[in-house]
Amino acid sequence: MMPSQGPGDAPGVRGEDVSAGPSGGARASATDDVLVRIRDLTFRRGERTIFDGLDLDIRRGAVTAVMGPSGTGKTTLLKLITGQLRPDAGRIEVDGVAVHELDKAALYRLRRRMGMLFQSGALLTDLNVFDNVAYPLREHTDLSPSLLRKLVLLKLEAVGLRGARALRPSELSGGMARRVALARAIALDPEIILYDEPFTGQDPISMGALVSLIRQLNDASNLTSVLVSHDVAEATRIADHIYLISQGRVVAQGSPTEIAAERSTWVRQFMDGQPDGPVHFHYPGPALAADLLNRGGR
Amino acid sequence: MAKQRNIEILVGAFMAAGFVALFFLAMQVSNLSLAGMDEGYRLTARFANVGSLKARAPVTMAGVRIGRVEAVDFDPRAFEAVVTLRIDPAVDSIPMDTFANVFTSGLLGEQYIALDPGGSPDVLVDGDEIMHTQSAMILEQMIGQFLFSKASGDG
Amino acid sequence: MLLDPLARLGRSGLDVLARFGRGHQLLLAMVLGVGEVLRRPRLLIAQVYNVGVLSMLIVGVSGLFVGMVLALQGHYVLARFGAAESLGLMVAASLVRELGPVVTALLVAGRAGSALTAEIGLMKATEQLAGLELMAVDPVRRILVPRLFGGVLAMPLLAAIFSAVGVLGGYFVGVGLLGVDAGAFWSQMQAAMDVREDVVNGVIKSLVFGVVVTWIALFQGYDCSPTSAGVSRATTRTVVHGALAVLGLDFVLTALMFGG
Repeated sequence: MMPSQGPGDAPGVRGEDVSAGPSGGARASATDDVLVRIRDLTFRRGERTIFDGLDLDIRRGAVTAVMGPSGTGKTTLLKLITGQLRPDAGRIEVDGVAVHELDKAALYRLRRRMGMLFQSGALLTDLNVFDNVAYPLREHTDLSPSLLRKLVLLKLEAVGLRGARALRPSELSGGMARRVALARAIALDPEIILYDEPFTGQDPISMGALVSLIRQLNDASNLTSVLVSHDVAEATRIADHIYLISQGRVVAQGSPTEIAAERSTWVRQFMDGQPDGPVHFHYPGPALAADLLNRGGR
Repeated sequence: MAKQRNIEILVGAFMAAGFVALFFLAMQVSNLSLAGMDEGYRLTARFANVGSLKARAPVTMAGVRIGRVEAVDFDPRAFEAVVTLRIDPAVDSIPMDTFANVFTSGLLGEQYIALDPGGSPDVLVDGDEIMHTQSAMILEQMIGQFLFSKASGDG
Repeated sequence: MLLDPLARLGRSGLDVLARFGRGHQLLLAMVLGVGEVLRRPRLLIAQVYNVGVLSMLIVGVSGLFVGMVLALQGHYVLARFGAAESLGLMVAASLVRELGPVVTALLVAGRAGSALTAEIGLMKATEQLAGLELMAVDPVRRILVPRLFGGVLAMPLLAAIFSAVGVLGGYFVGVGLLGVDAGAFWSQMQAAMDVREDVVNGVIKSLVFGVVVTWIALFQGYDCSPTSAGVSRATTRTVVHGALAVLGLDFVLTALMFGG
């Protein structure tokens, strides 16, 4: 594989001159501008190294897409940012605080400022839609029932599912479940929202609804959005900044237009969806002829 | 929230049934009335042989239970069994010269202590010792004695 | 390689130890989270319903039949020694000391324990537990603790129901069918049974079984691999480990309580 940009290059330096995105003009100071800063992140799962010296910055108010082939640890990255996993080496800072050094109470305080949308939606199956969205509010606030009801209905209105409040999660389609989960994720008005593969397994209509919803939410409430995906077309449509990761490192980054102009063969293979290239179609193994002649094991 | 209410009612019924069952076990099955015997007063008695008398065995007088055996200890000097009895505080006038016997309920049943009241005007109080005791009947000994007397009677 | 079996043995030994350690960590976390139950009694009520009310039918019916069988078999043996009057004592002592706590715990492990494991395992597989964590809600305190205390609370009550129904079943067979004298049935029982020695010890046993069975069920669900095969394996393990733990602990507790 031939990354056009070495992993040693500091992504932040190059990010300075990115001007795409609605909040591009507001980037005055580089330090305050970055909400999540990941430096030299190393994470291993058993024998496998998932991240190997990863550097990544997520800017306030922007939609950042992290893309890469399946199995590159994109979901793991979200779990590291939210403190569900701890890195083997390196630093992960959210708003200047090292997530991996927090104790449980401080971590839970930090998480109230985060929202995360799981691939499956992760709705509580024994509660209906209304109670699911109300859940974080009931847990963390002392709102009166009438105020709580108004707030929940507003959040459901934002995702267009106010009419579905009495349904149970088992009665929802995949796209609706994800929108309910989104309403729940924004219930506590977080500063940052993390989307884990929001487009996977969606029909074109709900895909379009989600794409515009993510963008609208980000711009309307001054959210910071992180989006992990391998759906190239949708991610490039809404992202302000794109990171491509592979083999535990950042392979390329930049605005969608910069990524589109990138000439590296790996980037082209991924972005254009070519079946073979630097990333091989075949899982590594012995040559076919040798394997077929081998009568021994399996 | 009718469902929540149903659940609460059922849980309440379940807990009530559980406590009724516990109450039944305590009152009907194990007869709690004699269990508050911890406040009763203590008497001791020495026996040459207590057979298989165990702690918690009944202590009766005229066939009615008035207490329990609290402990069966061994006196290593006198080679005797020292039995501690807990007696119902309501039974507070047991005469000094009462006789304590180790009896067996039925031929193979559990052993218990039967008190046979004497006629003394002095009564036993907490910590006193019952002086007159009769050891347990050991079945083997009884059979042996019976055969022996039979043999000697014939001869 | 010659040393391969040895290495496999070592690895599985380490796995078992690690799981044991995680299990105790979880138990400690749940015990420390007891305040959650006091703050939200409603959560506890739902779990007493799940473990207690839903297991009541199977426990009651089993108790009835076990008591009836005990009376039949006991009468057969006791009548040979002319001690049929002791039937009540035999039925009550077997039920209150042993069969009540043990059989109830086995039934609960099968009925409610496996359901708990499957529930927690599925919540894990569908990321509901992770979702709670990201809402800054501790799933151990919010989900596991009420279930643990619901199980601990329900178990002695279920065991008492089992024993009581069993004694009545024994009475029905012994007095009603086999003609044992009703007075002797109760008086022999009452003369030999003791509240502290028998009833309270039985309750202590079932409290211990309640902790162990629910703990095993919750741990297996919480620790399972989040796949359908993983959940089904964990459910099986709950029943097997739960039953073994109950029978093993019963021996230890019996030795401690009645052995001396």
